[in-house]
Amino acid sequence: MQSKTLSHLRQLEAESVFILREAAAEFCKPVMLYSIGKDSAVMLRLAQKAFYPGKIPFPLLHIDTHYKFPEMIQFRDWYAKQAGAELIVHTNERALSEGANPYALGTQKCCSLLKTRALLDALAEGGFDVAFGGARRDEENSRAKERVYSFRDGQGQWDPRNQRPELWNLFNGRHNPGENIRVFPLSNWTELDIWLYICAENIPLVPLYFAREREAVERAGSVVLMQRGMRLLPGERPEMIKCRMRSLGCVPCSAAIRSDADTVPKIIAEMLSFRKSEHGNIMDHDDEGALEMKRREGYF
Amino acid sequence: MLDNSLDPFVQSLMGDSSGEPDLLRFITAGSVNDGKSTLIGRLLYETRAVYEDQLVSIQRSGMNRSTGPVDLSLLTDSLTAEREQGITIDVAYRYFATPRRKFIIADTPGHEQYTRNMATGASTAQAAVILIDATKGFLPQCRKHIYIASLLGIQDFVAAVNKMDLVGYSEQVFNDIARDFKSFCDLLGIRNACAIPVSALRGDNIIQASSRTKWFDGATLLEYLEDLPVLNSDYSKPLRFPVQYVNRHDSGCRVFSGQIAAGLMQRGEAVTAFPSEKRARIKSISTFDGETEYALPGSSITIMLDEDIDLDRGGLLAGEGYLPQCAAHVSAKLIWLDPQSCHPARPYVLKHTTRTVQARVSNTLQRIDMDTARNVPALSLQMNDVASVQIETSAPLVFDPYRQNRTMGGFILIDPIANTTVAAGMIEGGVKDRNVWHSTASRKKTTADGPKYTRIQIH
Ligand SMILES: Nc1nc2c(ncn2[C@@H]2O[C@H](COP(=O)(O)OP(=O)(O)O)[C@@H](O)[C@H]2O)c(=O)[nH]1
Repeated sequence: MQSKTLSHLRQLEAESVFILREAAAEFCKPVMLYSIGKDSAVMLRLAQKAFYPGKIPFPLLHIDTHYKFPEMIQFRDWYAKQAGAELIVHTNERALSEGANPYALGTQKCCSLLKTRALLDALAEGGFDVAFGGARRDEENSRAKERVYSFRDGQGQWDPRNQRPELWNLFNGRHNPGENIRVFPLSNWTELDIWLYICAENIPLVPLYFAREREAVERAGSVVLMQRGMRLLPGERPEMIKCRMRSLGCVPCSAAIRSDADTVPKIIAEMLSFRKSEHGNIMDHDDEGALEMKRREGYF
Repeated sequence: MLDNSLDPFVQSLMGDSSGEPDLLRFITAGSVNDGKSTLIGRLLYETRAVYEDQLVSIQRSGMNRSTGPVDLSLLTDSLTAEREQGITIDVAYRYFATPRRKFIIADTPGHEQYTRNMATGASTAQAAVILIDATKGFLPQCRKHIYIASLLGIQDFVAAVNKMDLVGYSEQVFNDIARDFKSFCDLLGIRNACAIPVSALRGDNIIQASSRTKWFDGATLLEYLEDLPVLNSDYSKPLRFPVQYVNRHDSGCRVFSGQIAAGLMQRGEAVTAFPSEKRARIKSISTFDGETEYALPGSSITIMLDEDIDLDRGGLLAGEGYLPQCAAHVSAKLIWLDPQSCHPARPYVLKHTTRTVQARVSNTLQRIDMDTARNVPALSLQMNDVASVQIETSAPLVFDPYRQNRTMGGFILIDPIANTTVAAGMIEGGVKDRNVWHSTASRKKTTADGPKYTRIQIH
């Protein structure tokens, strides 16, 4: 016997697997929100582990805004198949056909239609009573009090005043018809844990996370990748820039960073160094912080 | 892009080597203004600075290590802002790591609803950091915090005697508080209690030993937290494996998934299944990563048995040694969590391990008066009350007393109409009731640590 206690990663893993199984056992119709990013990748791996040797007993749900990077969509289809999971893709077609785009509506309104509305519709359409999400408590201060089982009212919104106490690992998933619950199996993981686990488990990721030379322009301090439909501003000339994405989103609203980190260990080292260099502001969480507002409306 | 198999930097972070980082959960408790936010902020800030600098410097050199002045209490969000928004003051979870350990802090505010919050935070914590303001001394409020944490099973207590700078780093002041603190812990039968003189504001004895308290030769707060042996490493206890999820293997065999609540599970081991009390052996232990010979306590695994016995979600596999108790009438400590008071006549839903049954709280309630630590008869329970009660369940519970195993002895009560979690309970033992129960003398088993438990069985 090599060791007496589970290492911190194995303990987090065991707890997340417990949560996944618990919800799968107690709810009628679970679904896993799959956003193609690194947290989703970890959550999906945990689901594979939880139900091994069986298949994952619920579908994955991707809310496709139609503005995702083509690499993300390719990866999604390949990975879902690899994991043997059923994949549901939902799009707010009506908003799209009415021309929803971030330039015309602004990012927040666009997200609200193409992500939040689409998600709530998809959950209702599918009759899902529980949705697994990959959010973590360390993402921002207001999430520090989020429960593992998070209750949503009829509008899918989160009411901080109306959450149940969670003791031990005894989760209370009872709910009335129409109410639904978000379950966050990664609640106790930090961003560093996620990367360490990806490394330990060799979890495949969308190549956009890794630095390589890409055609891009530098705009207002960030690196904007040249993609289909991308308009250049006067005076801009695309060049090859070694860069990567720190979080994956929609093409018009995502920027890359200059980076040499082309492996997971290098990304970890780089991530740690960012935290310190960011104008001495230690509260900054450097990833996916922009998603904060969407949570209040029900996206997370 | 993923070929990182032998990178020593990452290996050290993941702890594949012998000096494996593990996980320690602790709570912090204190009254308003004792300096808890400042203390937590300092722990988060300094460990991040120390740890991550150290990590980064392994791969990068010459980076800027200077940091501007920082308001540490900003690291944890401000209570006043929350009060203004009317948000329930609640348990917040915070995370930090050192090369030796990952820590999860359950930050529990110490006022109005402290019982409910502390119970929630303490339920998963191994250790408690009790904030004591050196200018105020060891107040009754501190006693309550310690009492609740110990009720929830915490055995490792450290008093952070804070604001030492305001008492001129006086050894005398510290010693008086430390003595009161320790004797109170002794009174509660707490295994491990120690006190550390600190200044959260100035950073004395939080991470590094302070030169202003030369008279103190104990560990700093972080050293204490890093050195504490983690629980749940006790695999000498008999196996407890609550069945969580049942699957069918390709071969048609049933496979049972769950998280080990106690003991080490070994392939080939003989187990007793509850409630059927059928015996079988562990035929295989499988994980996504392959079959294993054994699984450590806390592991989430999937197993196959050598015999096809009756076993479902909510069932339990117990190892050789002493068996769990089995009773539909138990005595327990109950903490009432809901604004709606407890009504003994009402039916509640009880969740214990992976099992859900109907339950009723018996009529005789003994509320524990936290000022005197005495039992007082009560007709109902209000939010934040702690009581000694008896619980009757629609089917027998298979349990170990809470003080032996939290997973096997803890339960929650749920209001069947509102669906809210209304109480947290800790089973003390089975209650013998002539009408319903009898004890089977022949089934007496001796525990590893001495006391005898009688398994009570229903007719
Ligand atoms: N002098 C001194 N002041 C402190 C110390 N720790 C906290 N404080 C101050 O005490 C006040 C309350 O601190 P805070 O961390 O907000 O307390 P909390 O209510 O327990 O979270 C603040 O003004 C802090 O700056 C200390 O070690 N020494």
